[in-house]
Amino acid sequence: MANNVINLKTGLAEMLKGGVIMDVVTADQAKVAEDAGAVAVMALERVPSDIRAAGGVARMSPPELVQSIMDSVSIPVMAKCRIGHFAEAQILESIGVDYIDESEVLTPADDEYHINKHDFKVPFVCGAKNLGEALRRIGEGAALMRTKGEPGTGNIVEAVRHLRAMNQAMRRIQLLDDSELMTEAKTLGAPFELVKMIKRDGKLPVPNFAAGGIATPADAALCMQLGAETVFVGSGIFKSEEPAKFAKAIVKATAHFNDPKMVLEASKGLGIAMTGIEISKIDAPMLMANRGW
Amino acid sequence: MPHKPIIGVLALQGCVDRHQPHIEAAGGVFRAVKTAAEIDGADAYILPGGESTTMLKLIETFGLWDVLASNFARKSVWGICAGSILMADKVWVDESKTKTQKSFGLMPVEIVRNGYGRQLDSHIGTIAGYEVSFIRAPVVTHVADTVEILAKEGDIPVWLKYGQHRLSSFHAELTMDYPSPMHRDFISQV
Repeated sequence: MANNVINLKTGLAEMLKGGVIMDVVTADQAKVAEDAGAVAVMALERVPSDIRAAGGVARMSPPELVQSIMDSVSIPVMAKCRIGHFAEAQILESIGVDYIDESEVLTPADDEYHINKHDFKVPFVCGAKNLGEALRRIGEGAALMRTKGEPGTGNIVEAVRHLRAMNQAMRRIQLLDDSELMTEAKTLGAPFELVKMIKRDGKLPVPNFAAGGIATPADAALCMQLGAETVFVGSGIFKSEEPAKFAKAIVKATAHFNDPKMVLEASKGLGIAMTGIEISKIDAPMLMANRGW
Repeated sequence: MPHKPIIGVLALQGCVDRHQPHIEAAGGVFRAVKTAAEIDGADAYILPGGESTTMLKLIETFGLWDVLASNFARKSVWGICAGSILMADKVWVDESKTKTQKSFGLMPVEIVRNGYGRQLDSHIGTIAGYEVSFIRAPVVTHVADTVEILAKEGDIPVWLKYGQHRLSSFHAELTMDYPSPMHRDFISQV
């Protein structure tokens, strides 16, 4: 039975592959996202760039907002809870969202422990900077992984770093002798059984998506070519000059990520992308990727 | 040596790669198809699970409707979950049955999108003795007499045959050993 529950949880993530998941803060934005071809929306009170600007404590969105977005579209709806805040997750599960993102975009509620995601029927997505972190989250029951990137910056550099780190670590494991895997698990701080699975399969046991800083069709194509199986776009769409156009363009570029001519077509006539932030200009406490462990 | 059938899995979005080991184990050649030329080159099609609204938008955005429709008229098609929504004659967007969605109309059945509910209503079912998953699945609410029902879950038809076409509201590609009986059945008649 436990296997079946995991199958249903990762199964939905399998269905979301090759697509774009968009952050939305209103029912109207959710409609724009659905009309543009988003495979799912992330219901939020504020997009990450506004969370960054506002400062203070960022929490789960109000239930009414999440519900109104669920009522307005037929595609799956995700919502975020704070790292370790299992009571927020219980509320989101009670509302009936399709996926919960235990997210570093919100202010962590627990600086030592993440949620035991096996306790829930609703599936969870979590962020990771590297393979060890990804395998710890999967060990806790995450059914989908994404890079952390650096949310709300419109700067792709961190997502690229995280994708490459994950790929390199998995290639390394495939070169190891079986007798070296336990030490590798110790070094990574990762469950041994999952390290063995990486050696066998060469990939994570759950789908792996990209998030954090994706602002253009080219950014989406870059992440997909680096092995991401779908992209999350947070502030990139509704902080651009023409959200509906940007949304459609990123969907087109993601569907044909390995065809430069199609990505070129998708990149034309879009107007101005969101304003980006240089990572070195961000004060250390506001680096969201460093939240969680 | 007999020609191995090329099974084109429509790869605009959704669960594509999980079909590869099933198709190969059943004696077919796996091909992810998303351009007109790739679509023309396949002998039969799997319309995979994913989001039907996203797939429809992309079919229209990339101008693929006509090339798909003309190939579907001549070759076998198996629609799974979202793919079954693209195949059905009549698609209701929800249980209120007030609004319909465009589809290729390859099988005389009526289907309700997300008829079981949301993700929390996703479930494992036993079909023909095998465990399969229903993920935000559609519900077939009416089947013409000319359609053969290969399997039901309770009262609900979930695996259907209409000439060379197949429709399943569940996923055969996620939980079963290779090849699944559904892949074997589909590929054996191509």
